[in-house]
Amino acid sequence: MLINCPYCGPRPSEEFTQLGDATVQRPASNDPKTMDQWFDYVYLRDNPKGRFKEYWHHGGGCRSWLVVERDTQTHEIFGVTTARDFAQDQKKGKV
Amino acid sequence: MRYSVFSLLKNSLSGHRNWAPAWREPTPKKEYDVIIVGGGGHGLSTAYYLAKEHGITNVAVLEKGWLGSGNIGRNTTIIRSNYLLLGNNPFYEWSLKLWEGLEQDFNFNAMVSQRGVLNLFHSDPQRDAYARRGNAMRLDGVDSELLDREAVREIAPFLSFDNARFPIQGGLLQRRGGTVRHDAVAWGYARGADSRGVDIIQNCEVTGIRIENGKVKGVETSKGYIGCKKLGLAAAGNTSEVAAMAGMKLPIESHVLQAFVSEGLKPYIDNVITYGVGHFYVSQSDKGGLVFGGDLDGYNSYARRGNMPTVEHVIEAGVAMIPGLARIRVLRSWGGIMDMSMDGSPIIDKTHIDGLYLNCGWCYGGFKATPASGWCFAHTIARNEAHKLNAPYRLDRFERGYMIDEKGVGATPNLH
Repeated sequence: MLINCPYCGPRPSEEFTQLGDATVQRPASNDPKTMDQWFDYVYLRDNPKGRFKEYWHHGGGCRSWLVVERDTQTHEIFGVTTARDFAQDQKKGKV
Repeated sequence: MRYSVFSLLKNSLSGHRNWAPAWREPTPKKEYDVIIVGGGGHGLSTAYYLAKEHGITNVAVLEKGWLGSGNIGRNTTIIRSNYLLLGNNPFYEWSLKLWEGLEQDFNFNAMVSQRGVLNLFHSDPQRDAYARRGNAMRLDGVDSELLDREAVREIAPFLSFDNARFPIQGGLLQRRGGTVRHDAVAWGYARGADSRGVDIIQNCEVTGIRIENGKVKGVETSKGYIGCKKLGLAAAGNTSEVAAMAGMKLPIESHVLQAFVSEGLKPYIDNVITYGVGHFYVSQSDKGGLVFGGDLDGYNSYARRGNMPTVEHVIEAGVAMIPGLARIRVLRSWGGIMDMSMDGSPIIDKTHIDGLYLNCGWCYGGFKATPASGWCFAHTIARNEAHKLNAPYRLDRFERGYMIDEKGVGATPNLH
């Protein structure tokens, strides 16, 4: 797999580390009543077969956190953005 | 027909043209007492033990491809019970005991070979950790021996003992561990289940689960609707997809794990040997090929193939452990889809839906568990309650804080 880093250009996947689903939101509250949300956030996964937006860290390069959209069946990569841009798009409701 | 030396002689006289098929190819009935989704090792062994141990024979195993087309034929064939934690050790030891009597039990040659599993250690802290694990095993009645460097050298003189950074200081040996011919496990269980009346239905993909008033009624399949009183899921890497048909979201991620086999060699490696520095494990098949593997690729995947960086990493680790491997050619490589759980341990449990049972989360340790997994899952389905061996493998353990985390890395499946 080649990941097209917005800062470094196309780089081989071994320079990166994958973290997982980028679409889930960390619960904001520490109230024990929200433990269901925390359980869902920490332990449960959609685990989609097909398109998947996921965090990758470019540890062997610019050390940026990225969001990669990739097909989990074919490993085809559709797009790469920075985690910052992705988060801002999420706030605007674009993602 | 039972397989024996007499049946072999009899059939050899007629040129082996009159062997009966090992299992039938039935058309599905309208309804079964139990349907198992997944005709791999765990699904077939579940059906076998449902029939044999619990007398439940009105059972169908639905397989979307061909029998044993999943991870039962894609693993590195290793069996062992060298775990640390109490939730794991009695379960895997029971599995090893079942392996020891399996061939007589299901009358099929699965080539169970207890050649010993040796885990190498390379430092004092690692020796301490292995000694602790070995002692935990012995407390559970499992055999283990802590070997020093010279004892390891006697077993495997070809290892890189004097590596400047990671010299081999010894190993933890479980002599009863070993390898099994993996396809024969699927075939043996299939034949054993079929002969007791279980219908094994291949090329039958489950496309929906019918639930009414919180109770399972049946499954929609590519061969039409089939009703059932109880439904057991043993779909390995595709578990999330199947469970989603019942509206469930699971603590599972699917990841790809690669394995490799080399060209055939004369007998060279007598045991299963695992590296203590990188993730690498190797054994030699009876055909002579070295069978080896390493870590997950590290990203979510449903593709049964991985990427080159992992291939390179595995082979580098192998050559670091056995320098002589550098001149050996790799014959082929393949990938399997692992149902990685959030603590590295499996789930065998009931669900909140009446009549729906779940068997998943095997990470990359599912092969050795095949007999005990089916045995415990059959018990759970038949009695509607867990056996004490699988009682720790509850689905709700994550929510309640009772993780069984051998590696201690938490909810990061690509690190287990």
